[in-house]
Amino acid sequence: MVDLDTRVRPESPSPTTAPATRRRPRRQLLPYLLLIPAVVLELLIHIVPMLVGIFISFLHLTQFYIANWRQAPAAGLSNYRYALDFNQAAGKELLHSFLITLVFTVVVLAVSWALGMAAAVFLQRPFPGRAIIRTIFLIPYALPVFASVITWNFMLQRDNGVVNHVLVDQLHLVGGDRPFWLIGPNSFYSLVIVEVWRTWPFAFLMLTAGMQSISQDLYEAAGLDGAGVWAQFRGITLPMLRPVNRVLLLVLFLWTFNDFTTPYTLFGRGAPRQADLISMHIYQNSFVTWNFGTGSAMSVLLLLFLLVITGGYLRIANRGAQDA
Amino acid sequence: MRGTRFTATAVGVLATMTLVAACSSSSGGGGGSGKGATLTYWASNQGTSLDNDKQVLAPELAKFTKQTGIKVNLKVVPWSDLLNNILTATTSGKGPDVLNIGNTWSASLQATGAFVPFDDSVMNQIGGKGRFLAGSLSATGAAGQAPTAVPIYSLAYGLYYNKKYFAAAGISQPPTTWTEFVADAKKVTTPQHWGLSVEGGSVSENIHNVFTFSQQEGGAFFDSAGKPTFDTPQNVAAIKRYLDFIRTDKITNPSNAEYAQGTEALADFAKGKSAMVLWQAASGSLAQLGMNAADIGVAPMPLPDPTPAGGKKVTSMVAGINLAVFKTTKHMDAALKFVKFMTSTPEQKVLNKTYGSLPSVQDAYSDPAFKTPAVDTFKSILSTSAAPLPAVASESQFETLIGTAVKNMLADAASGKSVSDADISSQLKAAQQQLN
Repeated sequence: MVDLDTRVRPESPSPTTAPATRRRPRRQLLPYLLLIPAVVLELLIHIVPMLVGIFISFLHLTQFYIANWRQAPAAGLSNYRYALDFNQAAGKELLHSFLITLVFTVVVLAVSWALGMAAAVFLQRPFPGRAIIRTIFLIPYALPVFASVITWNFMLQRDNGVVNHVLVDQLHLVGGDRPFWLIGPNSFYSLVIVEVWRTWPFAFLMLTAGMQSISQDLYEAAGLDGAGVWAQFRGITLPMLRPVNRVLLLVLFLWTFNDFTTPYTLFGRGAPRQADLISMHIYQNSFVTWNFGTGSAMSVLLLLFLLVITGGYLRIANRGAQDA
Repeated sequence: MRGTRFTATAVGVLATMTLVAACSSSSGGGGGSGKGATLTYWASNQGTSLDNDKQVLAPELAKFTKQTGIKVNLKVVPWSDLLNNILTATTSGKGPDVLNIGNTWSASLQATGAFVPFDDSVMNQIGGKGRFLAGSLSATGAAGQAPTAVPIYSLAYGLYYNKKYFAAAGISQPPTTWTEFVADAKKVTTPQHWGLSVEGGSVSENIHNVFTFSQQEGGAFFDSAGKPTFDTPQNVAAIKRYLDFIRTDKITNPSNAEYAQGTEALADFAKGKSAMVLWQAASGSLAQLGMNAADIGVAPMPLPDPTPAGGKKVTSMVAGINLAVFKTTKHMDAALKFVKFMTSTPEQKVLNKTYGSLPSVQDAYSDPAFKTPAVDTFKSILSTSAAPLPAVASESQFETLIGTAVKNMLADAASGKSVSDADISSQLKAAQQQLN
């Protein structure tokens, strides 16, 4: 990779001999040729559907037109007005769902990162059994999402679930009625717990990988200077992991914010209002009520929001990296 | 990679469908006798499981192949996926040749223009309109248009009750009014079992019950011009009755609010965990679930007493399953032959007997299997006190919106949160705003 990189870099000093100059264009063409399949697929799989989605968001695409949606009448901005009119039910619900998703994402991100970091630090130095513990930590990430989340669904059921069995029947921690976990206010916490359970191993994996590149000498030197564990963590581990964290936090944010599979598997088609994540909300609005125009408008709004967040974040993070 | 990146996927699905649609410039139309053709048939889940449906249908499909030489590729689709799959197939133009639909979706799906209209000439090809029960034929599309489906299984809601529990509580007759119903249900609610089980997490069960209750209160969700009228005192009263089973009557286990599989409330009844259930004709499923036939009693759903102003004597929706043919089929003749076969008198007898539903064609009722008290009860409900769900194009959205709102309110009620009449009213208003 590195070789190829330096060869195609346009500003790389070119050889001055005549034959080499003649060969240069062909050499430069090859990498681009090799990129073509990827670019075509990227266009087909990501860009074209996105453009189609943006196009649909300006249409009145309901069940009357789905068999031939090119005949759907233009809607102008009415789908956007509908989605963003916070005085009406639809807009209010979208805002509610957006705020729930934001809180959900921040909590999941913070807890997953903290857990991942703690586990990575704990397993940084070799000790007997480290490989086994690492493997165990990674299991939630390796399991197929449907299988694991359906198991959570069984565990969280009110009457027959193991969670209530332990909390209510064995430990007697909860008095009065058995709590619900899949409906009502607790459904939000259930979703957070399942999502953290699924997400933190990835943070752990990335941070562990990042720590491999931190030289042991640094810690030894710091140790000689009298730095304690906490000082070493703050002075060496955290700064050295900054590039990893920069990517990790962004990726986790996007994944968590957009996650659909976990709530869909945990709650079925209609999520409880308290755990109505935005992806589920948009699904309800397009596929369940057959209004693909408004669903697409909401998707586009979500896309814009994520673009702004991502752009702003990268800008700030890069500035931070240059300052450092 | 993990998770579904939704933004991309939602639009991606649509775009892919478009590409697929563009690539398949399908040419419908006839195909001779259809001999040697292979039809794809999406069956809905009528038995106790998808496998059970395959076992029931396989020998019948083999008969059809033997008679006509047309092969049938069967796929049983669970109810939770059926509507979505139909939508996807409609968009892409790549669907099955023949499929089952819930009869309440008829008008909505008719509006998509995806199905073959059964005008008189098509009806004649499958044996004529006159063979079918008029009531079931009323739920095959909007009034004044050629239906886009024909009834295959007819169903109605009834009140199933456990005779053993009733006798033990000293109750000799099933209740006929809601006041009696609640009093009886309280008597049969014991530490071992509840009075009534409901499928509280199921959007469709919720909407079916609330629709019937609303009719009894004199309510309607759409006016005669097809305009939505969700937020009315009658509809609030209907939803209140449903929530009260859990809240104030305390005859239903609050955990029922989690039941969303579409089978759990019935299973509770069959296993003796509840004494009553409001369900569509289910003798086949109850037998499969191992319930003793002698314990099963069935009666029409209770009515309010006194009858509210404008209240109708409705104890069920017109329930049932219809058979439709996709316009994009390349084997029109074969598809119609299959429809004719599935609605033929002998097949109607076999299939409805197995599933415990009612035949949709008159002649099948000559069979002694359809002369039982339970069948008589359901047949009389269907012919005297069943009302079809609104035959408007936005019917399936209405079902989803109200059914989901009721599901959420039931969840609140089950977890002890108070749901006032004003709350119900504002939920109905919000649902109506989302209908467009």
